[in-house]
Amino acid sequence: MADNTQQERVGVYVCHCGSNIAGVVDVQSVARFAAEDLKGRGVVVARDYTFMCSVTGQELIEQDIREQGLTRVVVAACSPHLHEGTFRGACGRAGLNPYLAEMASIREHVAWVHTDKAVATAKAKAIVNGAVERVLRNEPLEAIRVPIEAGTLVVGGGIAGLQTALEIAEAGYPVHLVEREPSIGGHMAQFDKTFPTLDCAACILTPKMAAAGSHPHIQLHTWSEVEKVEGYVGNYTVTVKKKPRYVLEDVCTGCGICIEKCPVLVVDEAHDAGIGYRKAIYTPFAQAVPNIPVLDPDTCTYYVGGKGGCRACEKFCPTEPNSIVFDQQEERITLRVGNIVLATGWDLFDARRIHQYGYGRLANVFTNLELERMCNAAGPTGGKVVLRDGQTAPARVGIVHCVGSRDRNYNNWCSSICCMQSVKLAHLVKERTGAEVFNFYIDMRTPAKDYDEFYQRVLDEGVHFIRGKVAEVSDVPRGPDEQGPLFVQVEDTLAGLQRRIPVDMVVLSAGLEPRRDSKAVGKTFGIACSTNGWFIEKHAKLDPIATMTEGVFVAGCAQGPKDIPASVAQGAAAAARVLSYIRQGELALEPVRASVNEAQCSGCRLCNGLCPFNAISFIEERRVTEINAALCQGCGTCVAACPAGAISGSGFSNEQLLAQIEGLLLDVARVPEPA
Amino acid sequence: MKALFYPGCAMQRNARAYLDSLLAIRADIDLELEEVADWNCCGATEYMSVHRVPAHALIGRNLALAQRQAADTKLLTAGCSACYLNLAKTDTQMREDRKLEVTVNEALAAGDLHYDAGSLQVRHLLDVVCHDIGYAAVKEKVVKPLYGLKVAAYYGCQVVRPDYDDRWDSHEHPTAMDRLLAALGAEPVDWALKTQCCGGHMTVIGPDVAYGLIRRLVHGAAEAGADLVATLCPMCQLNLDAYQVEMNRHFHADYHLPVLYFTQLMGLAFGHKPADLGIGKEFVDAAPALAKIQVEAPPEAKAKRKRRHRPEDGLPMPRME
Amino acid sequence: MSESAFEPVIIGFTCNWCSYRAADLAGTSRIKYPPNVRLIRVMCSGRIDPTFVLKALADGADGVMIAGCHPGECHYLEQNYKALRRHRLLQRTLAQFGIEPERVRLTWASAAEGARFAEEVGAMVDEVKKLGPLNWPTRPVPQSEAAAEVAP
Repeated sequence: MADNTQQERVGVYVCHCGSNIAGVVDVQSVARFAAEDLKGRGVVVARDYTFMCSVTGQELIEQDIREQGLTRVVVAACSPHLHEGTFRGACGRAGLNPYLAEMASIREHVAWVHTDKAVATAKAKAIVNGAVERVLRNEPLEAIRVPIEAGTLVVGGGIAGLQTALEIAEAGYPVHLVEREPSIGGHMAQFDKTFPTLDCAACILTPKMAAAGSHPHIQLHTWSEVEKVEGYVGNYTVTVKKKPRYVLEDVCTGCGICIEKCPVLVVDEAHDAGIGYRKAIYTPFAQAVPNIPVLDPDTCTYYVGGKGGCRACEKFCPTEPNSIVFDQQEERITLRVGNIVLATGWDLFDARRIHQYGYGRLANVFTNLELERMCNAAGPTGGKVVLRDGQTAPARVGIVHCVGSRDRNYNNWCSSICCMQSVKLAHLVKERTGAEVFNFYIDMRTPAKDYDEFYQRVLDEGVHFIRGKVAEVSDVPRGPDEQGPLFVQVEDTLAGLQRRIPVDMVVLSAGLEPRRDSKAVGKTFGIACSTNGWFIEKHAKLDPIATMTEGVFVAGCAQGPKDIPASVAQGAAAAARVLSYIRQGELALEPVRASVNEAQCSGCRLCNGLCPFNAISFIEERRVTEINAALCQGCGTCVAACPAGAISGSGFSNEQLLAQIEGLLLDVARVPEPA
Repeated sequence: MKALFYPGCAMQRNARAYLDSLLAIRADIDLELEEVADWNCCGATEYMSVHRVPAHALIGRNLALAQRQAADTKLLTAGCSACYLNLAKTDTQMREDRKLEVTVNEALAAGDLHYDAGSLQVRHLLDVVCHDIGYAAVKEKVVKPLYGLKVAAYYGCQVVRPDYDDRWDSHEHPTAMDRLLAALGAEPVDWALKTQCCGGHMTVIGPDVAYGLIRRLVHGAAEAGADLVATLCPMCQLNLDAYQVEMNRHFHADYHLPVLYFTQLMGLAFGHKPADLGIGKEFVDAAPALAKIQVEAPPEAKAKRKRRHRPEDGLPMPRME
Repeated sequence: MSESAFEPVIIGFTCNWCSYRAADLAGTSRIKYPPNVRLIRVMCSGRIDPTFVLKALADGADGVMIAGCHPGECHYLEQNYKALRRHRLLQRTLAQFGIEPERVRLTWASAAEGARFAEEVGAMVDEVKKLGPLNWPTRPVPQSEAAAEVAP
């Protein structure tokens, strides 16, 4: 090994972690090994201490750096994911570049997974040796600093996105809120009451919608979708596609005459979940923000029945100039923002996929969303709970939990809201019809504040809860005497018997799914989705708001199923993160980056196609490749690919890794054959 | 294509119509069948739960015979659901459980036989027809399309479950036979009881239970508007057909729903004479239903509606496409 | 060396986001696995240069385990697919060298799969134990053994 490492002075610190490490690894022996056997490799001091992460432990390091002139530090303790920051900080305080410290994980990777003390100690020595060899090749690094644009893009105008937008705007910074539907409000606008307080959803949501609609710092882009995202944290350029409304947004007064006069009535698959109707020109609901209608060219007579028919909307529009523009084209807008928050929400599980539950086949099988619309006073039945005939109130209602959720055949996850939603719907049905209600559940999950109290209340109201997964919903009686009209076949696992419950109406609590296009959306924004399609957060526990792409955050159900309070909390948290970036003005990024040594680059372009973040570009004039440090995320794939060795990865260089490999194998090193 | 064929006892006796119709159509669909020589009883549904190892050995003998005979095909097919499931079950369990494979082969050695688990491909006849021969090849041979005939495809409990080789689109609501019937020109009806129990041997053990199950199926198919039920299993056919009169008597009901094998319907569509297909052997006369078959042009495919208009009354139903 | 006494040394390359965290989780969950594997952290399985693998084998390792995020879950979107491709190529090259390709195993473990990680290590160690020590040309062979190999 070429050695320009002789002049370094290395300190090695072996942590006992109480008995966590010391109980399995002979820490004194490891420290002795470093002090004696690695003297030739520059180790000038090696200590063991009970808790290296304690203030005293850190001071030990700082003191040695100052007094012994250490130029490199190795801490053999827990995983770097836990305390790398701690020990880098200690080095920094003592005047040593923080990136000249390395950790050797002898707790998670040795003491906690092995039992034989001798073997574990030997392995710990090998790991320490690897870390020493590696740290000798570390280079001092500086954090990368990038400026932050003040504007923020929020994608999705549901409750999570609204919360984010309002928080940031209230702090005085500009927000662009992009919403795919004609109005903001999201799924919450469809609901009637919210659990557990039975607040009217509209009463608590519409003030927020109105505030967002009129806020001087919020620019709404409804009926629009993000098409392209370029740039990096602090400096994103976003292209938004604005779909044609066929209505002039800045002229229309929202008087609604066009809607009234439109003769075409079609089923509203979106806001009314398929059980209500809308016109061909419509606003999804009365409190829509913005209160500007959208014309649907798929159903409007002007487009469908040969060009130029009807035109009633245009005829009756009172504005000057006329707000209806039949040949409006889609537009593209370019926005410059520093941060992005994705709050794209969820889709409902398609209950038709479970044939044995009969949705779509049996008229009186409904989804939870259909029932939500029915309960809503502004919904298609004016708040009455009725059968598909539109009139009869049901006398017996079955509510099936976990439809499509917690089911290996469909989705493995718990949709988290359905238990409470089903309890709420049971209450509403009972309140409005006096019907006998049966809830069929696998487990009741009521874990948040006041949730279980609400469940107890509904139990007291006399709703039956039967524990068991429903096998089928059928309209076929077992014998001529069996009275349905529908039967819910279920194994009652508490009573230990099969039951057939006759009902008039069945409500399927269909679960939450990621948006059907979430993978494509993830790709547009450069963030990863789980195989299911939920966006992956940076850390499942400690950072459920950021993503792996700096400057892109997630909020609400796009990250995983959650209820309204959790969505609001996450939306606000995302805003706080964005605001802290904006207020810093510039951002320090981990300096793990790839860079090209132009003198060595042969211009082969092999690396050019490898980067998913478009950080690599080819400079035609000089016939060399260049890497944009701000776009680079530091994965190192290009470093491994470069045949000329022209790309180096800071923090994870070939020299560091090759030395670490050699170091790890100290006890089994093969002696080269004598020539 | 060529397949080894395990007829099983039912096809020789009460399900003779199944065998006759299969033999009649095999040339049309280019299916060459070679009967497993000297085959024995499959043990039906009960034996497996009574004596597990002897039951596997009993079936193992058939597999061993088939393996010995398998020169130019690895495919072993059976028309009876129970026969198919038993053969597939023993093959799978011997593959997964080395100890069982050894034990069964020890037993087989007494008869100088041996079976290497996994060396044959055990498939139900419907699976072979739908997935190997294919709907297109079937459609090509149709000379007398079954236009106007509404058929409830009935799969029973044993073919699509447990689905060892992942061959079926759904285990609760399969559509393979429906698609086959559509290829023949018939109109498959959408009904809920496709894979429900026909009663099995309960007709003998507890007739009251069996009659309830039979009634449910017959009623369900009739409610869905079916002119007849198409089946793929001798047991299902026997229960729904032969016990329909008993069931009617039991419930003071008056159902007349004929039950035919899918192979018989294929034969009709291929232009064979009903008598050659065993039609007429059924208890519930299929002739009135079959008289509905139109020889005229096919019913016009309904144009897909782009939008849904307001129904006369009530709330709209969910979209089903 | 008899087969049962042979304790192989395996170098494990783990990615910062999934498999290294899986190894951490195996630790925090106190799931035991054989001590034969020594881990190196890289940011992504895409960082693993085939040279690293050859270096490890040349320097004394009997096997190399590469663990990345599950396909489709890479924190760098798709770089684990590049690791997958390189692994295939490398296995072919190893075969040409006369080295059993099974000595270099590619596997996936998410940050939540500590148990899976431990299982994979166990399986890898078993496999390499079966293969025996790596017969790398630079390995010093005792004189008597070398003579026995040449003699018929």
